[in-house]
Amino acid sequence: MIKTPKVIVLRTAGTNCNEETAFAFSYFGASVDQVHVNEMAAGQKKLLDYHILALPGGFSYGDDIASGRILANELRLKLGNDIKRFIADGKLVIGICNGFQILAKAGILPGLNLHEGQEATLFHNDSAKFEARWVHLSVRTSKCVWTQGVPSQIYLPVAHGEGKFVPRDSKVLDALKVNGQVVFHYSSGNGGVVFYPDNPNGSIENIAGICDTTGRVLGLMPHPERHFLGHQHPFWTRLDKKDKLGDGAKIFENGINYVKEKL
Amino acid sequence: MIWRIEIKQKNGLPDSVGRAVFKDIVDLGISHIKNVRLVSIYLLEGEISREDLKRICEELLVDPIVEEYGFSSFPSQGPQDHHIVEIAYNPGVMDPAEASTLKGIRDLGVASIKAVRTAKQYHLEGNLTDKEIEHVTNRVLMNKLIQHAVKTINQAVPTTLALSVDAESKFDIVIVDLLKVNDKNLVKLSQKGQLYLNLQEMKTIQAYFKKEGRDPTDVELETIAQTWSEHCNHKTFRGTIRYREGKKGKPKIIRSLFKSTIAKVTNDLKKKWCVSVFHDNAGVIAFDKDYHVCFKVETHNHPSALEPFGGANTGVGGVIRDILGTGLGAKPLANTDVFCFAPVDTSQREIPAGALHPKRVMKGVVSGVRDYGNKMGIPTVNGAIVFDKRFVGNPLVFCGNVGLIPKGKEVKKVQKGDLIVAIGGKTGRDGIHGATFSSGELTSESETVSSGAVQIGNPIEEKKVLDALMKARDRNLYSAITDCGAGGFSSAVGEMAAETGARVDLDRAPLKYQGLNYTEIWISESQERMVMSVPPVHIEELLKIFADENVQAAVLGEFDGSGRLQLFYQGHQVCDLDMRFLHDGVPKITKEALYEAPKLKVEKLTVKEDLTDDLCAALSHFNVASKESVIRVYDHEVQGTSVIKPLVGVHTDGPSDAAVLGPRMGSKKGVAISNGINVRFGMIDPLWMAASCIDEAIRQIIAVGGSLGYIALLDNFCWGNPDKADRLGSLVRCAQGCYQAARAFGTPFISGKDSLYNEYAHKGKTLAIPGTILVSAIGIIENIHKTVTMDLKKAGNSIYVVGKTYDELGGSIYLANHGQLGQNVPRVRFTGAMKTYRAVEKAVRAGWVASMHDISEGGLATALAEMAFAGGLGITAFTKPVPYQGGRHQENIILFSESNSRFLVEVQPRYEKAFHQTLKGITHAKIARVEETPEMIVYGLKDQVIINANIFDLKNIWQTPLR
Repeated sequence: MIKTPKVIVLRTAGTNCNEETAFAFSYFGASVDQVHVNEMAAGQKKLLDYHILALPGGFSYGDDIASGRILANELRLKLGNDIKRFIADGKLVIGICNGFQILAKAGILPGLNLHEGQEATLFHNDSAKFEARWVHLSVRTSKCVWTQGVPSQIYLPVAHGEGKFVPRDSKVLDALKVNGQVVFHYSSGNGGVVFYPDNPNGSIENIAGICDTTGRVLGLMPHPERHFLGHQHPFWTRLDKKDKLGDGAKIFENGINYVKEKL
Repeated sequence: MIWRIEIKQKNGLPDSVGRAVFKDIVDLGISHIKNVRLVSIYLLEGEISREDLKRICEELLVDPIVEEYGFSSFPSQGPQDHHIVEIAYNPGVMDPAEASTLKGIRDLGVASIKAVRTAKQYHLEGNLTDKEIEHVTNRVLMNKLIQHAVKTINQAVPTTLALSVDAESKFDIVIVDLLKVNDKNLVKLSQKGQLYLNLQEMKTIQAYFKKEGRDPTDVELETIAQTWSEHCNHKTFRGTIRYREGKKGKPKIIRSLFKSTIAKVTNDLKKKWCVSVFHDNAGVIAFDKDYHVCFKVETHNHPSALEPFGGANTGVGGVIRDILGTGLGAKPLANTDVFCFAPVDTSQREIPAGALHPKRVMKGVVSGVRDYGNKMGIPTVNGAIVFDKRFVGNPLVFCGNVGLIPKGKEVKKVQKGDLIVAIGGKTGRDGIHGATFSSGELTSESETVSSGAVQIGNPIEEKKVLDALMKARDRNLYSAITDCGAGGFSSAVGEMAAETGARVDLDRAPLKYQGLNYTEIWISESQERMVMSVPPVHIEELLKIFADENVQAAVLGEFDGSGRLQLFYQGHQVCDLDMRFLHDGVPKITKEALYEAPKLKVEKLTVKEDLTDDLCAALSHFNVASKESVIRVYDHEVQGTSVIKPLVGVHTDGPSDAAVLGPRMGSKKGVAISNGINVRFGMIDPLWMAASCIDEAIRQIIAVGGSLGYIALLDNFCWGNPDKADRLGSLVRCAQGCYQAARAFGTPFISGKDSLYNEYAHKGKTLAIPGTILVSAIGIIENIHKTVTMDLKKAGNSIYVVGKTYDELGGSIYLANHGQLGQNVPRVRFTGAMKTYRAVEKAVRAGWVASMHDISEGGLATALAEMAFAGGLGITAFTKPVPYQGGRHQENIILFSESNSRFLVEVQPRYEKAFHQTLKGITHAKIARVEETPEMIVYGLKDQVIINANIFDLKNIWQTPLR
């Protein structure tokens, strides 16, 4: 039983959602360190001292070349073994927006091992634009530890220019579905057919977030940390929600509870 | 050797970026283009094996899932039927991707990489003539100030990617022949050197050096020119003005326009919560028990006119650095950005030579703001876009930033003996002469003469500076900091050393490339740089913090207590100036100002039976129309602080009034941010423009639940050439309006800026912008959970109008749509307005208000329609009960007059009595009811239907123009 789960929020040049991600975890009692990747590479901080690794949103290294690419390589080349061990030890990883792009490009998600290297990517939105908007997500029940008890429909904001989920091939896509690894789909919110902008980026099969085969590594383009408090809802003044937690809070709570109960 | 890598998307996948370029080309009128595909080019220099190259491609540069690549030492020729245009940055222009790519390659363990350059190749499919391709290249694909088209066919590959500047930095001091020069040649000297100093100033400098017994060096002259520039010294606002109203009016001597208007408000009011006003990079006000907030808005007009993306980009970067350089450094919380452009449907014939089409200007400016704000992780929460054809040569770009600073950190003071430390970006030839350039008029030649003043920013560099700076601040490692803006080190060090003096070794500055001379290093305006004053005992610890975050930090010299500015290069002294002369030596000039009220015609009004068309016209006017396409490309929610977002309502597409943020997560204390701007009012009377803008900025904050007692203001004046008496006359009158209104409302100014000389000279004619003031406001919100939005909430509720409507169509959207300006400009009745604001504030706090919207451009009818479609509900409204004062009592005036200090308030039936009670003695009346059916029906004075429209149609009309 772990009383105070330890969370590492990894940051580097251009990371910019670290504060609010750290806030979300500490709200549920975690001890959170925001650590620069240089400190990790230099061995000043050790990944294996933590229970949860969070890769927050932002523009790591400006998203130059492609979103998340440079930090993905850095993780793979400098911290690859530690990350493998971290996951094998039963610990948790979450990548939000840029963090999801990094996990996919580092080959950590979806982690099917059907191919060597990258099995999925996040590419330029079909609109060829950065867009910030709120999206409805349908949540599949699955073994993903992060989404247990999350309602079947939630409402979160997206803010990205490269969020189009593309699997490497149909084998990858099929495996994702068969394994129940697709945990978030963009939806219309009312059961209707999903067009742009409900699917804001043209993601294949409206995929917004996936987990790995263990269910302990989650990546998603929408920002649960930006709908953590009730008054972050875009029309909270129409609802009786301002004093409640937002739709994204449960995800962080799940992570913390899992560590407390299972690790 | 140099390798060339070409990357394109795999066949069969949609090339979304190519398609966006395709659309722009079709928009240009070249509809026979068939397709555009994009190829990314990387040029790598170094002894790299093929095997390593393959790894670099497959593990770094190419996305294996969606892209394919080829590499060789020659450009590929491409398919025969494609026109290929390759665009690269000009030498010396910063390409942020180069540094990242170098890092990425080194991370792979390839140490032999020496240099990287990138380019973009466009494959244009379709039968295009050479002329059309040139047109597309210049209008869509590149801006020649920063980019060029590369010849790829039969072209030898370059042998090196290094910049071909004189590699040796040899020392060659330049002494300017000044002492013996006559008046005529002094003027010439100023012009030739782009110093923008007038004769009197040149003579003052001459006299100083006569006393010193020597001629100046070039860098001394540059330093003085920059320090005395309008941009840095605000000579117009701080100098003496001889002001007359009417040619026969009695002249009035104004010693300092700034002290007698803007600063006077603040001095008169003595608000306890004003923590630091006017003297720092931003104004600071108290926030809660631990923090203050600071706010700054400034313009970046001239650079944005020439290179819209880069101009706006570095404008945002610059104002963020102002916040980083306020006190000992504040954390940026939010951006607010306001633009003025010519209408985007202006025909190409009306664009003066050398100016860019407003559509392109807007696209570039919006992208520039998006790029910097989003990458810095600072939400862009609020703004406005104003369209008027007189901005065709001079667009206006206002960039604002709000920051949060711990109590006690708002004070800074350079200590004698502190080290001068430059942090952030390296110094290159960028932006030489930006400060002096913005103190002159633009001409059709500006794009060639001043292209050095144009640059693009690197937001990630500034983000790194922010991250490292906050750490160093919280460890108390330095005693002062300021940003490098216009004037570069010259301005930053010059200002910081005003009391102590400084000794600087210019060769210690980290450079982007060799070959810069000492003057260039000193006045370069390379972005993302700041200067700190660091006690020697802390220097080690400070340098380590910056190194850990991969930020450059270099000790340039010392604040040495000499009272002089002494610059050295390779051991030679190149500058030795008396600080007092530098900062106080500028001669006081008396400028002439003449205000003559324009002769305007009373508008001609026709009375129509049905005003639905007029409502539609108002909603689709560019100024009123939805800015959603702009707002959505800004990340307005990063940091998780947004409480009232720019788009609100049931479909998150209604236009909210002020933005509200909760800067400290978990706390209910908030800030509200708004802007007031209206150039057409100023064409009638600048005084009432100022008062109206102040009223608008305040009432937007009241409309979300703010409090009149806790609002601070910022002014930004953008005007034409102040050396012309009529321009200056209207500027004085505008400043007087600022004083009257802000004083009456009890809202102090805490910071401000002016941008003058916004004129476009072409073929002997000059085109001045309409004198424009932007008033930005910040209000402290006690409880963010008690704020309100503008979208209608529930059928059955009542809608009240609060405040009186007058016969004030002058400058309105309604008249603009009828091709008129009018004469009756809206005034502000201060006493009544204050009572209204206080009562409304109380009603919100008590919880009686379901929704509220301020009435501004487009008048009452427009505000009603916006509330309806934002809430997805209908409205039945009546004009008869609307409290009105004026000779002509008719519906079009009631519905479209833009009288100030008014709101529409939605109230639930059960709270109506209490609401009515709270507003006792305040002009208000129930005028409408919220309906389930999505129709907006308005009854006229004879109870006839005068507007009847479906709200979704209205919304569509409002959304279409700028979609």
